[in-house]
Amino acid sequence: MTESRPLTIKYFAQLREVRGLSSEDRQSTAATPADLYAELQNQYGFSLPQERLRVAINDRFAEWSDGLQAHDTVAFIPPVGGG
Amino acid sequence: MFFELTDATIEPQRYRPKLTDSGAGGYVSFEGWVRDRNEGQIVTALEYEAYPELAQHEAQRILSEAYAQFPIRAIACVHRTGYLQIGELAVWIGVSATHRQSAFQACEYTIDQLKVRLPIWKKEYYQNGHSHWVHCSHCAAKAASSSQ
Repeated sequence: MTESRPLTIKYFAQLREVRGLSSEDRQSTAATPADLYAELQNQYGFSLPQERLRVAINDRFAEWSDGLQAHDTVAFIPPVGGG
Repeated sequence: MFFELTDATIEPQRYRPKLTDSGAGGYVSFEGWVRDRNEGQIVTALEYEAYPELAQHEAQRILSEAYAQFPIRAIACVHRTGYLQIGELAVWIGVSATHRQSAFQACEYTIDQLKVRLPIWKKEYYQNGHSHWVHCSHCAAKAASSSQ
């Protein structure tokens, strides 16, 4: 049986608007950010493909294949537009 | 090195003293302004949203890189968040150096990197009532490769 972990997810820009929330706590069996994004995409219909995003774990850029730990905070970073 | 996100009007004279150094022969600054049109559309206002913790960390990395690559004395950067009107200052960068060439180079490096790497998003509001999150399509790939 796959272990379920408590995670916090932060949403920004168009992902925040589609989800209607800036952050949420969630139980997930996703092992990596890639799995988690697929799960969220499936549930909320995010149209941005993973290839267009970057991911951060605990406020630092991370890799899509990194392992998720209980109580991690995960943020998906849409294409940026500062400056 | 100094980086700040602010939801208040950026006043460059407040930040300029951070660059003063008796060994500096001059300073270069860049101001990014909100302009009234983009890709043929008339822009009436815009909104910047940031991921503050990650933006602060990534900005410090960019400024450290500028500091390591160019012989400069000091560098500072401020970026706005929230709603901005046409003509307002969106970003300010200042660099002081012994000689001007490295100050110009470090300033350009910083704005170029900041645009592709800082987790800040821009939503433009248009005269026709539409709004849109604006980015450059190649930024994500460029950002991923430049921060490795």
